[in-house]
Amino acid sequence: MVRKSIALALMTGLAFILASILGDWSPMERLSGVAYDYVAHGASDLGAMNLVTAIVVTYRGLDTLGEVTVLFLAASGVAVLLRRADGEQQEKTQSKRAASEIVTTGASLLSPFIVMFGAYIFLNGHLSPGGGFQGGAVIASAVLLLFLAHPDYKLRHDVLNIIESFSGFTYVLVGLLGLFLAGGFLDNRFLPLGAYGTILSAGSIPLIYTLIGLKVGTELAGILENMKGRAL
Amino acid sequence: MTLVMVLGAALMLVGFWGLITRQNMIKMVLSLAIAETGLQLIMIAVGYINGGTAPILDSAVDKLSAVQQVVDPVPQALVLTAIVIGVAVNALMLAFIIRLYQKKHSLNISDYKDMKW
Repeated sequence: MVRKSIALALMTGLAFILASILGDWSPMERLSGVAYDYVAHGASDLGAMNLVTAIVVTYRGLDTLGEVTVLFLAASGVAVLLRRADGEQQEKTQSKRAASEIVTTGASLLSPFIVMFGAYIFLNGHLSPGGGFQGGAVIASAVLLLFLAHPDYKLRHDVLNIIESFSGFTYVLVGLLGLFLAGGFLDNRFLPLGAYGTILSAGSIPLIYTLIGLKVGTELAGILENMKGRAL
Repeated sequence: MTLVMVLGAALMLVGFWGLITRQNMIKMVLSLAIAETGLQLIMIAVGYINGGTAPILDSAVDKLSAVQQVVDPVPQALVLTAIVIGVAVNALMLAFIIRLYQKKHSLNISDYKDMKW
């Protein structure tokens, strides 16, 4: 009972703080400061239609590199935590119940298209809503569907590791190329900007988003497989 | 957009309420995820400008007068980062829970007092 009332008091305090913050908040009338600059010059400077992509990949590209690093650390942490210790015996290999025919047929029919949709999302990240993180998550959802349909499905870890390391390394390499050939680290203008609004435009943004998409997709697939392997 | 903001604040309250009252660790992770969603809604609402459209400069938005037509893209980019970090943190917390459950076969947070002083 004491615990409940302390919790209630804490929540009242938090509600009071939130109310006083939101109470005197008024909507923005126009873009301010840095956002104005991004919107006014983003499209003509970087050639990206989607300004959120321009900010994520180029203006704040270093943050995104850090974000990818955090995701990589979390995926490695999951792998280390759920790794089988040497002495630990393999769990009893009772075969898991197979999925129904509807699920298996649906999974094999849909998963190629889901992967294709994920690739579409990250290739068009500079033109439409979407990008590497979203596309990677969609690709990982195709892997999850395969796991649901085939409980004993194994991923090729060597291939996953190669794709992941390659894309991470090339991402940093592309950033360094921007530093040496254009204005700064992760500057996208060392490749030609191309015609505004076409798929091969905006310099290295589609390249970077493809690499991020591959990296996020393989990392999330790795997390899924680790968790599946240890489910009790 | 004030509606979205109030909704976000309500979700944050629900999430934190769950975080401090629940004993089941999986429910605590879920509560944290709910609170996170509320925070993301608030951040998106902060960047909204009345009558503005998405910050994608296609044929519907004139490139020269874009600064008067679009909403603030910076909070949206921040929320994109926040979502990805949230996924990573949740995955890591769930991995810890799987490990803890294998040690003691309990999901109740009160059964783990080893580090308590």
